[in-house]
Amino acid sequence: MASALKMNMVQALNMALADAMEEDPKVVLLGEDIADPERGGIVGVTRGLSTRFGDKRVRTTPISEQAIIGAAIGAAMAGYKVVAEVMLMNFTTIAMDMIVNHAAKLRFMSGGQTQVPIVIRMMTGAGFGTAGQHADYLEGWFAHTAGLKVVAPASPEDGYGLMRACIDDPDPCIFIENMPTYFVQGAPPERAKRIALGKARVTREGTDVTIVSYARTAFEAQTAAEVLAKEEISVEVVDLRTISPWDRETVFSSAAKTGRVLVAHEALRNFGPGGEISSSINEALFHRLKAPVKRIGAPTSPVPFSKPLEEAFLVAQPQILNALRELMLI
Amino acid sequence: MRAEGIDRAVQLEIYRRMALISQNDSATRRAIRTGRLVTPYYSPKGQEAIPAAVSTCLRPDDQIATIYRGVHDMLAKGIPLDLLWAEQAGRLTGACKGKGGPLHVCHPLSGVMVTTGIVGSSMPIANGLAWAAQMEGSDRVVVAYFGDGAANIGAFHESLNLASLWKLPVIFVCQNNRYGEHTRYEKATAIARIADRASAYTMPGRHVDGNDPLQMYAVAREAVGRARAGDGPTLIEAMTFRFYGHVMGDADEYMDKAEKAAAIANDPTARFRAKLIESAIASEARLAEMEAEIDAKIEAAIRHALSSPFPDTVELQRDVFAGEIA
Repeated sequence: MASALKMNMVQALNMALADAMEEDPKVVLLGEDIADPERGGIVGVTRGLSTRFGDKRVRTTPISEQAIIGAAIGAAMAGYKVVAEVMLMNFTTIAMDMIVNHAAKLRFMSGGQTQVPIVIRMMTGAGFGTAGQHADYLEGWFAHTAGLKVVAPASPEDGYGLMRACIDDPDPCIFIENMPTYFVQGAPPERAKRIALGKARVTREGTDVTIVSYARTAFEAQTAAEVLAKEEISVEVVDLRTISPWDRETVFSSAAKTGRVLVAHEALRNFGPGGEISSSINEALFHRLKAPVKRIGAPTSPVPFSKPLEEAFLVAQPQILNALRELMLI
Repeated sequence: MRAEGIDRAVQLEIYRRMALISQNDSATRRAIRTGRLVTPYYSPKGQEAIPAAVSTCLRPDDQIATIYRGVHDMLAKGIPLDLLWAEQAGRLTGACKGKGGPLHVCHPLSGVMVTTGIVGSSMPIANGLAWAAQMEGSDRVVVAYFGDGAANIGAFHESLNLASLWKLPVIFVCQNNRYGEHTRYEKATAIARIADRASAYTMPGRHVDGNDPLQMYAVAREAVGRARAGDGPTLIEAMTFRFYGHVMGDADEYMDKAEKAAAIANDPTARFRAKLIESAIASEARLAEMEAEIDAKIEAAIRHALSSPFPDTVELQRDVFAGEIA
């Protein structure tokens, strides 16, 4: 049965971490609640790893985000490959000094004498009623910082391959996991296969309009494309996978082909990554576009609690469909 | 711990490092005043006995994490003068190719792992360096230097807790110079002695006269020994005083004039020099010879720095990531 072979994001990431630890004794994990006596992570991404690799390599920490990232940075400078978990993306705010002033900049400020090969894992995303301080998409902050790579997988297969690539990478990587889609089943990853950072994937080919997205919105874009196929609109879906540095080549080539582009993400539209991407497409391909590049993102509001508000906040099927149909009218 | 009985060679080595820091400070201020060097400068003069004594307890493979007022810590740990001066001058031949500057100098080969411009941020990173030593099974230790102002920031508390919990081989050295930027200690810190905060994290806390190199050495030796033996961290509060305000050019009218005059009259380097001569550990002539050698090395480093090229603008694309940015 094919479904028995399927895997969700939690299982894929767990396998990626286990395979990386098996392959390289310098790979170590630290973070809140990650060891098995503390349930192996709040949703179980690290479950079983402390039992298998020992609690010296999988260390539960106090709730001290500056201390967690600082310890990750120092150990990485001394030769370890550290995967640090800060549980929720909003909790990076407590560790911003360590991430932005130190992890991101030490290679440059040291003239290449030191490096910080760390992966900072975090989950986020609206839809679970966790409201204002547990569900923000803050990738724009990190993408705006020189020295950080930012990835956000939309499928278990990409989750595995991007995690392996981030652990191999000599620079700090922000690894964003979407909480509401953790348990969605997908194709199983190919063991040991890395997905190169900075490489997008065309998950569906089309000729009329391109949607550029990542994380949960890329997942939603797939079904939106299926709906529009019935209306005889051929949608090309580009999943960025890496938000920074993003794959200009793939995006530009798709934009040149279709001439119509929608950039969609769950982060706020205002000053979001969509602004940078759409502006770059306009600058590079102005004369080949049939319509101005369109952006959709969350409204300028904190993530709300109340269900109707949360639904209105999310960039989901209806918003994506409307935006694509609008683009086709121009 | 008794300071007596410290080996003569050790005393002389501590003095050499203090003289190096003190003379380098004079040379830096002179170079800035005369326009030879253009840089922000956070003078450590007055605080030199602390790292001179601490570093004399350290091995070359031991590491330090320091802060923007940290040139004394780096010199005491052995950063080469040429690399330091070229970095301060923003030249390609600097330790960091001129890309970090005086606030961010590092030189891992000397054990100077990181210099941070952010108050309190040396400590979380020092923990990580120490965690790596612990995981490797190495007995090297890490010193985190910081000021009294940093003892009020969250990173201090998070770091001391974690270091104690994990028994990390780290020594937290607070250089209490009694001012956080322009604000007096009493106006910023709700405890008389920062060393007393150690008990909240179940580690030893030592309050010591950081301007007395022999007392400082005795306390540091104990803490380094503890860390090396795997017995965990120590918090040392070394009392000191900065002679020249927060940053060079600072009018320092917020500092108590009598307090400052008394500190300068008690210059730790001059005092230790007199003591070495008085106790016949070294002759005046021997020390003068040592000082002349140091001055010559500093002047050579300045000349080397100022005759070195600036980095090419292509350096903006390098070291952001491991691979060059197109």
